[in-house]
Amino acid sequence: MSDTAIRPRIEQAGLADRLTAALPILLVPMLALLGFAAIGDATTWLTLTVAGLAMGLMIFVMASGLTVVFGLMDVINFGHGAFVSVGAFVGFTALAWMGGWTASPSVVLNLAAVFLAICAAALVTGAMGYAFERVIVMPVYGHHLKQILVTMGGLIVTQQLIHVIWGPDAIHLARPETLRGSVIVAGAAIEKYRIMAVGIGLALFLAMRYVLRSTRIGLLVRAGVENGEMVEALGYRIKRLFLMVFIAGSALAGLGGVMWGLYQETITAHMGSEILVLVFIVVIIGGLGSVEGCFIGALLVGLLSNYTAFLAPKIALVSTIGLMVVILMWRPQGLFPVVKAK
Amino acid sequence: MLKTLLSGDYPRSRVLSLVVLAIGISLLLAPFLYPGTKSLDTAAKIAIFVVLVASYDLLLGYTGIVSFAHTMFFGIGAYGTALTLSSMGPSFTAILLGMLAGAIVAAVFALAIGLFSLRVKAIFFAMVTLAIASAFAVLVSQLSGFTGGEDGLTYRIPRELTPGFRPIKEKLFGTAINGRLIAYYLIFFLSAFLFLVMLRIVNSPFGRTLQAVRDNGFRAEAIGYRAVLYRTTATVLSAVMAALSGSLLAIWLRYTGPATTLSMEIMVDILLMVVIGGMGTMYGAVIGATIFILAQTYLQDVMGVAEKATEALPLISVLVAPERWLLWLGVLFILSVYFFPAGIVGRLRGQGG
Repeated sequence: MSDTAIRPRIEQAGLADRLTAALPILLVPMLALLGFAAIGDATTWLTLTVAGLAMGLMIFVMASGLTVVFGLMDVINFGHGAFVSVGAFVGFTALAWMGGWTASPSVVLNLAAVFLAICAAALVTGAMGYAFERVIVMPVYGHHLKQILVTMGGLIVTQQLIHVIWGPDAIHLARPETLRGSVIVAGAAIEKYRIMAVGIGLALFLAMRYVLRSTRIGLLVRAGVENGEMVEALGYRIKRLFLMVFIAGSALAGLGGVMWGLYQETITAHMGSEILVLVFIVVIIGGLGSVEGCFIGALLVGLLSNYTAFLAPKIALVSTIGLMVVILMWRPQGLFPVVKAK
Repeated sequence: MLKTLLSGDYPRSRVLSLVVLAIGISLLLAPFLYPGTKSLDTAAKIAIFVVLVASYDLLLGYTGIVSFAHTMFFGIGAYGTALTLSSMGPSFTAILLGMLAGAIVAAVFALAIGLFSLRVKAIFFAMVTLAIASAFAVLVSQLSGFTGGEDGLTYRIPRELTPGFRPIKEKLFGTAINGRLIAYYLIFFLSAFLFLVMLRIVNSPFGRTLQAVRDNGFRAEAIGYRAVLYRTTATVLSAVMAALSGSLLAIWLRYTGPATTLSMEIMVDILLMVVIGGMGTMYGAVIGATIFILAQTYLQDVMGVAEKATEALPLISVLVAPERWLLWLGVLFILSVYFFPAGIVGRLRGQGG
């Protein structure tokens, strides 16, 4: 009997098809190789690549909240940059309070200070996100035009309030003692802080992936992105889910703000709206609503802007726009289009 | 006559008519009514910004597209005129060529951006334009050999437009008749002309179609209008108008730099002016620009007095400090989007919310 049974044939996609499907993920190593070919010097390339990864991961942290909020509720928050600025300023105040810890040569105390500052910033911006959602965004669900205008207004007001509280001048945000300077790896000088930024960014990405893939809340969020009405019909309060995601996204933006502030070492009230440009590019490249796309997009933008900053400093920002244009020509909905069941 | 001039689109409210008329007459007689350099500067700025804000309203209010690249087009116009004036020397040919070149470049840019990103959602366009505009601003400040970088360009304008030129020796109603006055009237009449042209555009069948596309794009498509085509045309038109108003600013200031034309702050200002004045009405641009620029110039003095008066109350005195005027306009902006989206003009016309 078993001899005569026809073995089921498993349809397998050809190599070319599988490669095309994986192409968005392969873009990052491809860009890194291209960068290596253009730069030609291994140590410089290593330094730039680590810097690019660090920058990309920080942008990812700031952008991830924005993209999930959009995917879930079709809300785009132009005030997202405000959370970044507020996070950086709160982090600055927290680090100033822990002056003894940041100045001590102990790695543990330094890391603890940074950790606490990040927590403080995330807490404050999370609370701010709650207020922002309730007061500013909630009344304008479903109106894109009003959303853009109102969140832009929120950004202006928040920037002005930062001026009121911390003064209008740029503030120098010093890194803790042991995070200054660089280490030599394979002949290339790599700033210690960048290594830490890569570590934090990767940890956050993995944590976020775990939450979205393996927990009940993540399941609901993903279901909500795909079909919000159905989730509601099944008895879940999607508005509350959305509020939670909004708060988490704001907290992540604040967290990213501290990291970005420590990276740049200078913070201004406008830093948020400046970084928002890169955040938007990343979100568009990745596909509005997609966390994985946002991750790939952020790495691409981080690497590309560091390579071009070295090769042709004048066109650093323009090159990322070019990248966006090229990717949108190829995939008009971004690298990982979010499929909406509607 | 009046009907043709205003294209049949009257202010439709007694108070509004009076206010618009008062603004028009004040601007027309500004050099005589309010002598002094500062007030003439303010009047010229109002005239230029009325055109700029109206052109933005053509996009935001009439077509329902949010663009953050409007200052880019404004800057293209200004730099176009500035570059021809500084390379060809001060002549009217240079001004004309610069205006033309600026308008053409702006139109090409707008067409490219429009065709590239207007197919998708409004939100997408807003994000793309924000990114492109900031890249453009950075590029302009980087290419210092060509654009003067952060310092910008300073140049001379034709002698007939400078204070040194005196066609009549005597004073007229206590005001010296000089080239600066001629420059002011050149800008005033050109602005008025451009404004009336835009009023004509929005009241034409084309303008009506834009409103249809704004209110229900799907339906407009179903009736047979290509929404993308109309949106792109509106983007191009408003970019050309913005570029022309940029040229006017370049002539008036005799200086063009990133801070006066390309900065994000100006974009925010334009947004505030359109929304506070009233979206979807050309008269809103007049009211919004006038109120905003007067506030920018004079409100800070008032707030300075308020700060002195509240010195005893620490928190309030910080909040009413003159530098904080944008805070209050931001709050006003949010409130007006919620409670009177039709702005001041909508209020006066009795449409309410």
